[in-house]
Amino acid sequence: MTGAGQAEAGTAASRPFLAVEDLRVTFSTPDGVIKAVDGVSFSLRRGQTLGVVGESGSGKTAMSLALLGLQTGRTARVSGHIRLDDEDLAAAPKSRVRELRGSSMAMIFQDALSALHPFYTVGWQIAEAYRAKTDATRKQARARAVEMLGRVGIPQPAQRADDYPHQFSGGMRQRAMIAMALSCEPELLIADEPTTALDVTVQAQILELIAGLQAELHTAVILITHDLGVVAEAAGETLVMYAGRVMEHGSTEQVFAAPQHPYTWGLLGSVTGLNRPRRERLAAIPGAPPSLIDLSPGCPFQPRCRFEDRTGGLAATARPELREASGGHWVACHLPDPDRAAIFAAEVQPAL
Amino acid sequence: MTSPAVSGPAVGEPAGELLRVHELVKHFPADRGVVLRRAAGRVRAVDGISFTMRRGETLGLVGETGCGKSTTGRMLAGYLPATSGQVTFDGTDLAQARRADGRRLHREIQMIFQDPYSALNPRHTVGTIIGAPFRYQRITPPGGIRRRVQELLEQVGLSPEHYNRHPADFSGGQRQRICVARAIALSPKLVIADEPVSALDVSIQAQIINLLTDLRDQQGMAYLFIAHDLSVVRHTSDRVAVMYLGKIVELADNELLYSRPRHPYTRALLSAVPIPDPRVRKERLQLAGEPPSPLNPPSGCRFRTRCWKAQEICATTEPLLAGQDARHQVACHFPEAP
Repeated sequence: MTGAGQAEAGTAASRPFLAVEDLRVTFSTPDGVIKAVDGVSFSLRRGQTLGVVGESGSGKTAMSLALLGLQTGRTARVSGHIRLDDEDLAAAPKSRVRELRGSSMAMIFQDALSALHPFYTVGWQIAEAYRAKTDATRKQARARAVEMLGRVGIPQPAQRADDYPHQFSGGMRQRAMIAMALSCEPELLIADEPTTALDVTVQAQILELIAGLQAELHTAVILITHDLGVVAEAAGETLVMYAGRVMEHGSTEQVFAAPQHPYTWGLLGSVTGLNRPRRERLAAIPGAPPSLIDLSPGCPFQPRCRFEDRTGGLAATARPELREASGGHWVACHLPDPDRAAIFAAEVQPAL
Repeated sequence: MTSPAVSGPAVGEPAGELLRVHELVKHFPADRGVVLRRAAGRVRAVDGISFTMRRGETLGLVGETGCGKSTTGRMLAGYLPATSGQVTFDGTDLAQARRADGRRLHREIQMIFQDPYSALNPRHTVGTIIGAPFRYQRITPPGGIRRRVQELLEQVGLSPEHYNRHPADFSGGQRQRICVARAIALSPKLVIADEPVSALDVSIQAQIINLLTDLRDQQGMAYLFIAHDLSVVRHTSDRVAVMYLGKIVELADNELLYSRPRHPYTRALLSAVPIPDPRVRKERLQLAGEPPSPLNPPSGCRFRTRCWKAQEICATTEPLLAGQDARHQVACHFPEAP
């Protein structure tokens, strides 16, 4: 995987291919309004991979569904701008978004067994998706399905195309879903925890496959995961989300080598990487993520933050805005930059 | 390990031995046909594994989906009968002891499951759930069940006021704490933890791992820690056993396994774990394909179909778990040099 090379490779088109500005997704419930995504902005160029890291309830999936125009529930409200190749999807009619979905943008889900229909063969489902977006005949679509299954590494694709999803193993189902998502050569691929349900050896195969196809098709990829190891290996840029907001955003090198936000520090301390010295105790983050209904006016991470007392009370009262801490490295934290650097060097890094 | 009081020297002196598993086998019948069922073979989920555990020791049992690690845990906990093999627990034969007094064994061997959502009855209160082992065993702890349950709640990092709440009021991490409290309620000698943190968020995983470590340091129980990848087990285990298709392929002290893996599969498994540091670029030993079916495992060494070192002997002769160093055993004809 070429995390480092991706940024340069994407400069062919200097304008961002996808630009998201102040995206908000809210759900009204009897208990109050849930702010699942709360003002997220980022941009992405062709051929680039953005890793989105966050825990359950951080808004990663709500965000990706909104990008694809799939937040259609009656209680869901989406606002902000989603510019795909200079077309604002948030303002576009549903029919137009539907047209783009599948052809220009596609998604891979975590659970391939529930994303595939159990009553139809895998090949039929891929062909069906292809025919919906192109003028291909049944025969052409079938040939395309077999070709795609071969490209994602299914052995004997012509025969396996006639199998049903339950006859595929977990890794093969994920491959089939990737084949379906990429059958129309989309320019934007959103992969929502594509390897979480898989074994590590199969995960390595699938990540390699996505990277290979991405290099070939020059696709922009949003890789959503809770696994920092996956991000470190596969993404050129990293976005850390917490409680629906962006906490930190920068190149993957920046985020891992000089993490800025106390939440990122906590995540890095919690993981059990094989490159770390072995420890009896891990540096866990105390507490649990907040409810998204009654968020405090301050920083959402404040109740769990070890350093919130060093912000002069700001963390509890004012929402930190995302600012640029150093070139291309953004952080939403009230700690002054020099303090943050000093805390990281003195109190956090030695424990990692 | 930094707690010498709990974990002694590397190899088990018989006195400190808690569990001895000898050639444990579990085959499930596989049927074909909906109306007329006929036997189509046997799924060799666990196919002859042997290991020992000392008191207070944590043994990591690692392998991928379908390797038989959970089946092993379930057999030891008494949820599944073994097809054959012998298990000695605390000096007595486990199968005999279970027939004689199964209830007593539940006091000594407890289990923690992967999914804390399905492991707790949603209609029961936390107090009922954690108090159940006492009622089932007809034990009244000093001060009464209620007081003991509230102590346990505090011990696992919850509050005594949670006694009358229901599981739905708790997050995944808190539910796993409830499961842990129930498992340790009767001070068992062995806790089988089947992927106890796999369903939890990263920041919560670390909390539960720390909790399990603290409890072991306080109470000295042994853990069989089942996991699907090698990174979690590294921080928790004294020794690690790697399983592939129903067999243990490598069994070694923690440091030895991670610094000098000897079985090709262990090496591949280690190299597949993504490293949370973009500056580290490692050579990956990519395994081709997927594990063969346990219905019809390959002859000889089961890993040979995916192994880059395989030769003729691997197809004809099954390698046995062996090694001159008792702290590091490997089942391979061509292992890496120690």
